[in-house]
Amino acid sequence: MSETILSIRDLKVNYGGIEAVKGISFDVPKGDIVTLIGANGAGKSSTLRAIVGLVKPKSGVIAFEGENIAGKDTTNIVSRGITLVPEGRRIFPDLTVYENLRVGAYMRSDDIAPDVNWVYELFPRLKERSWQPGGTLSGGEQQMLAVGRALMSRPKLMMMDEPSLGLAPLIVRDIFSIIKEINKRGVTILLIEQNANMALSTADTGYVLETGRITMSGAGKELLVNEAVKAAYLGT
Amino acid sequence: MLDFLHANLSYILSGISVGGQYALIAIGYTMVYGILRLINFAHGDVFMCAGLMMVYLSATLPVTVTIPLVLVMTVVLGFLIERAAYKPLRTAPRMSVMISAIGISYLLQNAALYFTGGLAKVYPSIPWLSQTVTIWGSTTKMVTVVTPVLTLVLVILLSLLIKYTKVGMAMRAVSKDFETSRLMGIQINTVISVTFVIGSFLAAVGSMLYFTNYASVTPVSGSMPGLKCFVAAVFGGIGSIPGAVIGAFIIGIAENIIKGGSSIFGFGGSGWTTFSDAFTFALLIIILVVKPTGLFGEKSTDKA
Ligand SMILES: Nc1ncnc2c1ncn2[C@@H]1O[C@H](COP(=O)(O)OP(=O)(O)OP(=O)(O)O)[C@@H](O)[C@H]1O
Ligand SMILES: [Mg+2]
Repeated sequence: MSETILSIRDLKVNYGGIEAVKGISFDVPKGDIVTLIGANGAGKSSTLRAIVGLVKPKSGVIAFEGENIAGKDTTNIVSRGITLVPEGRRIFPDLTVYENLRVGAYMRSDDIAPDVNWVYELFPRLKERSWQPGGTLSGGEQQMLAVGRALMSRPKLMMMDEPSLGLAPLIVRDIFSIIKEINKRGVTILLIEQNANMALSTADTGYVLETGRITMSGAGKELLVNEAVKAAYLGT
Repeated sequence: MLDFLHANLSYILSGISVGGQYALIAIGYTMVYGILRLINFAHGDVFMCAGLMMVYLSATLPVTVTIPLVLVMTVVLGFLIERAAYKPLRTAPRMSVMISAIGISYLLQNAALYFTGGLAKVYPSIPWLSQTVTIWGSTTKMVTVVTPVLTLVLVILLSLLIKYTKVGMAMRAVSKDFETSRLMGIQINTVISVTFVIGSFLAAVGSMLYFTNYASVTPVSGSMPGLKCFVAAVFGGIGSIPGAVIGAFIIGIAENIIKGGSSIFGFGGSGWTTFSDAFTFALLIIILVVKPTGLFGEKSTDKA
């Protein structure tokens, strides 16, 4: 059994009276790719936002490297080595591509050049456009930039909220192969997707989230052939 | 053309000078708006307070001490206002913050009224600035010449800070997206404080230049310049620093030409002095109708 980097226990997230996450538990083993799939409004983003402190969880434990970080503020959480590639990319439109990467390394004071080079290696297109404002990039390029920006903090755990959203199938394949490459470099990945097919074939472990509850879990490959999952999420 | 310039040189010079003073104040409005989407109604009163601080401190201290002291105290005032009156309302509706700003504005004016007893206080003459100089036949105070130069230098320094430093980059990031900035590990509150510190510092510099020309400070001395500088910021496109600077110069120059330009258009002159204020607000109405986003403004990207 490998070491667990992130362990969620009975996490609840409320918005006013709405229960978005109704007590979920799951583990993310260090070095793995774990995916959380689910339909619109299932509570996927809320889960990630609670982990990174953008919303305060109502209750539950979020243990990162053995320490409960639930309710701590975002700066504190991010400084521990967690990063989130947010839903909708959220790159800074006025900052150049290079500045977006620099801002990703905001908390570091050491030399960022090797990391910039690595990101440019992963995404050569970003290198060509390094002096262009982020807002002028295409959707796919913006997603690449959002991933690159997240890498700049040298995360231990990278969480991604629907990186394939709105992208052409070819670009989606690119992004997923790069996710694997990043993972090979030792970054643990927690991936949220509606593109269940891609996500489950990439992930070591998958969880299915339905209206705030985890209803199924298993190895990615197993869920991929599970009849219930197929019917609900794979459209076959 | 040359004749025209020559004949009206003193008005144009004082227009450029007043424009520079307005620019230093307008930057504070536009930067705070850029980052918080807040019209900081108290900004003009912070400017007035800087004037009063100078009056009271220079009664006992030499100018070389009071100038840096006023700069520091104004910066502290701006910082404290943000922490006490705006920060607690970070997640409140924007209207609440606006009302808090209006409250601070009146609080400062009332405090000033209490301290001054409502009397106009004579502004100390800052030796070198009050000296008279003659340029091309027009005599004027040194401050008239110093202001545009100093303004330009400060604006360039500010632009470099915003473009090339880490905190400048953070300011640009925060002004677009609080939440994502937080994800990058940026301390939003620190960045906002820096913005208020810069704005207050520039207002303090502006007050020294402005009051050197006006000779006295009253509790409402900040209202009119404050309002005009806000108009300048809107004119330039609120949120844009170059916009605010250019807007301020346009307003400063235009109002002085109206005051003194009897020989230009056949109207104007001293009888039109009151009209020069009306001009500023007429300009505001025209911009709002013709180009609501101002000269350099972006389409309003209302952020949460
Ligand atoms: N800020 C908010 N205020 C109120 N309700 C919210 C808020 N954010 C999310 N919700 C609600 O919480 C529930 C879960 O939302 P969440 O964004 O976590 O879903 P999701 O699984 O990420 O969906 P999607 O795939 O559409 O992004 C939804 O019913 C949503 O309406
Ligand atoms: Mg979502």
